[in-house]
Amino acid sequence: MTIKELENILQAKIVVDSDNLDLNIDSACSADMMSSVLYYHTANSLLITSLTQPHVIRTAEIAGISIIVFVLDKQPEQTTIDLAKEKKIPILVTPYCMYTASGKLFETGLPGCLNK
Amino acid sequence: MPLNTDKTIEGSFQLIGGDFSIAGESSAQLKKILTDLGVAEDIIRRASIATFEAEMNVIIYAAAGTLSYTITPQQIRIVLVDMGPGIKDIEQAMKEGFSTAPDWVREMGWGAGMGLPNMKKNSDEFNLDSVVGEGTTVEMAINLP
Repeated sequence: MTIKELENILQAKIVVDSDNLDLNIDSACSADMMSSVLYYHTANSLLITSLTQPHVIRTAEIAGISIIVFVLDKQPEQTTIDLAKEKKIPILVTPYCMYTASGKLFETGLPGCLNK
Repeated sequence: MPLNTDKTIEGSFQLIGGDFSIAGESSAQLKKILTDLGVAEDIIRRASIATFEAEMNVIIYAAAGTLSYTITPQQIRIVLVDMGPGIKDIEQAMKEGFSTAPDWVREMGWGAGMGLPNMKKNSDEFNLDSVVGEGTTVEMAINLP
């Protein structure tokens, strides 16, 4: 699934875009606990979270998360945006809550990181 | 895949407790070093996750600490020594979900009680020594094929 598809499905705004035209995630995880992200992630996946601090970007970088979606229209602070640009990790912001955002993506066939 | 070097590579980072602004940066730098050396992606991810979890524990719980690494063609060895409160019951601390993190740490997304189990899960060798009131030493090794 591409950034453009995520943007449409989640009625999201792209806060940090990517110039990588091949970026195409194939799974997703929803979590606010960063250790859960590190425990359950798979590479090339999407993270759906309500935390917007810079260490979310660092967690994504370490875990190999390719795109981050912030839920409930939460706007990240500038340091988060700057770090995401530096690490080349796109950010989208959706008005949906975590449950609805996850459900909408699952409905399209995007599986969870562990596929269970 | 063999490393781009047959030498031993060593280095260390100083960690400051409570400084969340750069928390994780040392692990990110180690990840870059491993990437530049041509280490396989899945091994880099395991080493990075184990190191990141250990680094965050120092940031969250300790006053300060040191992250040291030694990379040989056979192994990545990571050692974290901190000046923190120490762990009273290591067996309990190793259980998934057990955490002593205060609320403000949980609100930042840490303290799920997965850190130590995650370090062990991603390491081929894992050793934890701790003295209450003095600090904790975590040693992790990840074998290279």
